[in-house]
Amino acid sequence: MPHHTPVARRHGDRKAAVGDVGRPPVAWAVPGILFFAVFAIVPLAIAVYLSFCTWDGLGSPAPTGLDNWSRLFRDSEFGQAAWLSLVLTTISWVFQTPVALLLGVWAAGRQRSRAFLSAIFFIPLLLSTTAIAMLFHALLDPNFGVIRTIGPWLGIDPAVMGSSTGALLVVAFVGGWQFMPFHTLIYQGGARQIPEVLYQAASIDGAGTVRQFFHITLPQLRHTMTTSSVLMIVGSLTYFDTVLIMTKGGPGTDTTILPYLMYRTGFQTYDLGYAAAIATALVVVATGISLLMVRLSGFGSMRSTREGM
Amino acid sequence: MVMAGVLAGCGSGGGGSDSGTITAYVYGDDAVKVQQAAVDTFNKTSKVKVKLVSVPGTDYVNKLRSAMGSPSAPDVFFNWGGGSIKPYVDSEDLVDLTSTIKNDATLKDGFLPSIMTAGGLEGKVYGVPMRGMQPVMLFYNKTLFAEHDIEPPRTWEDLQTAITTFKAAGITPFALGGSDKWPELMWMEYLLDRIGGPEVFRKIQDGDTQGWGDPAVLETARTVKELIDDGAFGKNFNSVDYGNGGAPTLLNKGKAAMHLMGSWEYSTQLGKAPEFAKKDLGWTAFPTVAGGVGDPANVVGNPTNYWSVNARTKHKETAVAFLRTMASQTYAQALVDNGDVPTTSGAASMLSGSPNPQFATDQYEMVRKAPSFTLSWDQALEAQYATPLLTEISKLFAGKTTPEQFVEAMKAAK
Repeated sequence: MPHHTPVARRHGDRKAAVGDVGRPPVAWAVPGILFFAVFAIVPLAIAVYLSFCTWDGLGSPAPTGLDNWSRLFRDSEFGQAAWLSLVLTTISWVFQTPVALLLGVWAAGRQRSRAFLSAIFFIPLLLSTTAIAMLFHALLDPNFGVIRTIGPWLGIDPAVMGSSTGALLVVAFVGGWQFMPFHTLIYQGGARQIPEVLYQAASIDGAGTVRQFFHITLPQLRHTMTTSSVLMIVGSLTYFDTVLIMTKGGPGTDTTILPYLMYRTGFQTYDLGYAAAIATALVVVATGISLLMVRLSGFGSMRSTREGM
Repeated sequence: MVMAGVLAGCGSGGGGSDSGTITAYVYGDDAVKVQQAAVDTFNKTSKVKVKLVSVPGTDYVNKLRSAMGSPSAPDVFFNWGGGSIKPYVDSEDLVDLTSTIKNDATLKDGFLPSIMTAGGLEGKVYGVPMRGMQPVMLFYNKTLFAEHDIEPPRTWEDLQTAITTFKAAGITPFALGGSDKWPELMWMEYLLDRIGGPEVFRKIQDGDTQGWGDPAVLETARTVKELIDDGAFGKNFNSVDYGNGGAPTLLNKGKAAMHLMGSWEYSTQLGKAPEFAKKDLGWTAFPTVAGGVGDPANVVGNPTNYWSVNARTKHKETAVAFLRTMASQTYAQALVDNGDVPTTSGAASMLSGSPNPQFATDQYEMVRKAPSFTLSWDQALEAQYATPLLTEISKLFAGKTTPEQFVEAMKAAK
């Protein structure tokens, strides 16, 4: 009996330790919180305040109550932009996730060629979005771009940028081209964290590569996938530069996604109050989606995939 | 105004304030060297010095906007006249120069009349011309016209013939940089001017959004739709741009026969395809439109740029004195040397020294003889109307809306 007590105590200690050990106290977060407050919370608060005002950038904002917000819900242009943002985000996620996941898992192997190729994959991420958008704009020029030559082979109309769906797909593709390497890196890191022993054990049990992938790799990468997806979705929702440079929201308004609508309203129309309402709505939606994903995936409970190792 | 006068009076009474500096904001591009030279010359004899601040082009409008709302606002600033200064006029930030100019022979007689009025608002003048003129002209490929044995179009029937001929030969009749949107605007501007006369847009510019309901606007939009359906701009124009050289290249490679564009097309072509610009590039006025009431000599485009004076300036007299130098022979000559066509009344005789005297003279004569010069709509209207306008025009050209829907959308814009 007496020798049981230390065990019980140890157990109790461990419970307390989960909350304390290795997790720094609040004071450590002060610099970060301050920084965040000055550069994120305060501007956000100002934007929210502006969304209840009318302001053309000259003089002072004049409060107009809920005008901008009621306009937002009646504005068909806002509705269309929100829909386009949603479509773009979905296409981006569906297109980027499998590719990045497979490439990342493949690149997690330790052969030299893989390290070298991973470095090459990384290049698009090092280029500025502006440079990438201009590059693709030139490649996709219907009269003088490469698309004129290779488009027909691939079954793509050279005037792809001039059609509604074409332009949106191009924007999604260019974004994917740029950010997939980043997500590949995340998956590569995640895959390398998976203990070798799991695979060794599975081999002994007679599981092939495919089964190992579906039964070890995928479940172990669950949190990695959440991280990557949240980044991807929030990234697509706030996607802007490519649209500005490649399509200017056109043809017509077929690529006028929310951030571009906000830019146009704020910095071309100088309707800064309404633009602030659009921006605030965007923040609310993006935050909502992130929270939802974290909740649904169980990421919030912060359980380690390596527990029990 | 009275306040500003009193302040200025107090300042000079207090002594020492007759020296100082005024700040002038200018759109930062290649032409700034002409303004810099003018400032240097002016500063040699003036006690109050002018300080020129060159703001990079793409940032100009936003930078000016935030500066005008701050204590460090410029005393004098570059603008496009019309809608680009409307917010500042509304907030009483600008000096009304109407009477100053009327009582000053140098300023009154120094510039072409259509240019002076084009940048104003509701009959008042807020700016003095300070750069070259940029009328929109119909450019064409001389070789293609010679090969197919047709003349540059003067009437709408000529234009139809040209479209049919070039289409049959597999050549796009008109290059159009539709992805940039503003090149599409030029078609609307000229067509409305030819169909309904300049008064239709004048009314809209002066604040009557119901003016979009004028039958001439609908007729214009329908004509545009006919041109598109007829294949006048080819099939790809929605994904062709001007900025990166798409449309100009179509013209100089012989893939398109004509291009409706601002007079800067000449220097664009000179930069991209010098041989073509010198030998094969032709230009003419926009054709007449059957049944239209507008004078075929009317011109649209950017008359020029203007200097306006901030009402809060402490040195209004210096500012006006500086603006007066814009009418000088020396300044006009500097513009000519830079390849621009000045808007000063005596510029005709200088144009022989221009890089292309023929082009410069034709352009000058076109504007000098124009009964009316309509400022580009996106500059003439305030941003709150100009941005939706560009969007609606893009939708019309992309076939997303009908001419009727275009009219309704513009009437509803606010």
